Amino acid sequence: MAKVFIYPATSLILSDLVARFGHKPLGAALGIRERIQTAGVDSPPLQITPEEPKRGLKYAAVEVPSGVRGRMAIYGPLIEEAEAAVIVTDADLAFGCMGCARTDELILFSLRQSGIPILELKYPTNEEEGVQFVAAIKKFLAGLPNGGEA
Amino acid sequence: MSRKVRIAQLSCGPEYSGVQKEIYDAAEAVDAEVFFPDIALADVERAVDAFGLDVRSADLKLMIARGKALVDGKVDADGVFIGTCFRCAEAAIVRNELRRYIHEHSRLPVVSYSFTERTTAGTLLTRMEALTTIARRRALLAREEQTGITMGVDSGSSTTKAVVMKDNKIVGTGWLPTTEVIKSAEGTVAQALEMAGLTREDIQAVGTTGYGRFLIGKHLGADLIQEELTVNSKGAVYLAGHQRGASTVIDIGGMDNKAISVLDGIPGTFTMGGICAGASGRFLEMTAKRLGVDITELGPLAMKGMGKNVSMNSYCIVFGTQSLVNALAAGSSREDVAAAACHSVAEQVFEQQLQEIDIKEPVIMVGGTSLIEGLVYAMGQLLQTEILVPPYSQYIGAVGSALLASGFIQGE
Repeated sequence: MAKVFIYPATSLILSDLVARFGHKPLGAALGIRERIQTAGVDSPPLQITPEEPKRGLKYAAVEVPSGVRGRMAIYGPLIEEAEAAVIVTDADLAFGCMGCARTDELILFSLRQSGIPILELKYPTNEEEGVQFVAAIKKFLAGLPNGGEA
Repeated sequence: MSRKVRIAQLSCGPEYSGVQKEIYDAAEAVDAEVFFPDIALADVERAVDAFGLDVRSADLKLMIARGKALVDGKVDADGVFIGTCFRCAEAAIVRNELRRYIHEHSRLPVVSYSFTERTTAGTLLTRMEALTTIARRRALLAREEQTGITMGVDSGSSTTKAVVMKDNKIVGTGWLPTTEVIKSAEGTVAQALEMAGLTREDIQAVGTTGYGRFLIGKHLGADLIQEELTVNSKGAVYLAGHQRGASTVIDIGGMDNKAISVLDGIPGTFTMGGICAGASGRFLEMTAKRLGVDITELGPLAMKGMGKNVSMNSYCIVFGTQSLVNALAAGSSREDVAAAACHSVAEQVFEQQLQEIDIKEPVIMVGGTSLIEGLVYAMGQLLQTEILVPPYSQYIGAVGSALLASGFIQGE
């Protein structure tokens, strides 16, 4: 079983796919809601204190906005732990989304720098692309150590 | 018990910055509630397209959609708090444009703020209080005339001021540096009463404002305790004889600065900063001290100098003082240095705060620093407009308090 970082980290679909193929998804467990009644689209499921942006200094300098550092305090350790990653770009908000584009840039860069196997895909826009999308993820996950069939 | 004032929060990053609780706490302290306008996920992209600002961060898109929902009347609120991370360029653009959009298309009072993880409820308190004042006391803020005998006391970070008013005229004033808050207030009250030839018993209502408003308000048994953003706006347009229509009020204080866009005497958008004392009256005090002149002499001295001859534009009081010392050591004249210091403060207020509100003429400068003519001149140069400094401008908070307090005279 490999630890697979998922991007967008809030995507329940990606999280589910990774788990189905016998791996451990690393992301934010957050349901997709039809209505947004919290501060942000990726409002944290855990208590964040002003200490988190300070811990985030490990990943981003002090002149980087506190919201980026606070997010990196959560995602940075997960990236360090990750043995593989599935990245979906241009995703629809309903698929799972991250609130801050600057954090996204840093997360993707950190993943690419880490040297772990990465599958990068564009979010599908029609059914045919959707089938190819799932097939590509399945193939990637199956190729990871100790991956299993769904 | 009055209903809670509902403040719509449009923000990006407060939770991950660890300051959402501070925002809640500040609102609760002024009996307000912060809420997030309820938006359907499906409406977000549509609202962003209609707004026309193509941003990448999803939370900024959400901010735009929520702002649009407020303007379109889909969500009810009494005021709007816009907050984004300090130093985020993308967020700064959205914060500014959204603030302008709401200001232009609705009557909702808006305050915008860029936070760091160090932002506390105390920092946000006056801003939240101003939003609740505008929502709760709109009728009181519409008062254009002072009646009876009232007193206003402004307990500021540097100085305490008191004013006694009678039948729409200022009849007594008091001014002292703020040392012990209550003692300074008592001293100025005694000065103002003596000048007015009145006693404490003659006063029919008292209003307090400024940093020490709660403490001295309790001590003096004030009828009105109100933050300085709304009070100073009211005082400024009253003294400038411009109570109707649009105006801009600039108050460069001892510790922070206020830039307020006013309509009919009520703040529409406002900022209260700043990040560093380099752009406050404190820097001018230090400059005067280093030049060996009284603060009252700094303005005339600056008017004789050429600020352009000295390089001084610092965001920090320490570095600002350093360039001041360096300039003097390099042979610059005291006049040029004084002018450069005034220009530096004006420029920082211009760059950091005046960009966050809509400048509408007349521009009224108030507070003790408005007596420093070099500073007023520098601000006029930057804004390319004639700055209005009303009489008694240094007593602005006290005058505003006395004016508004007359609404509390029994039978009024």
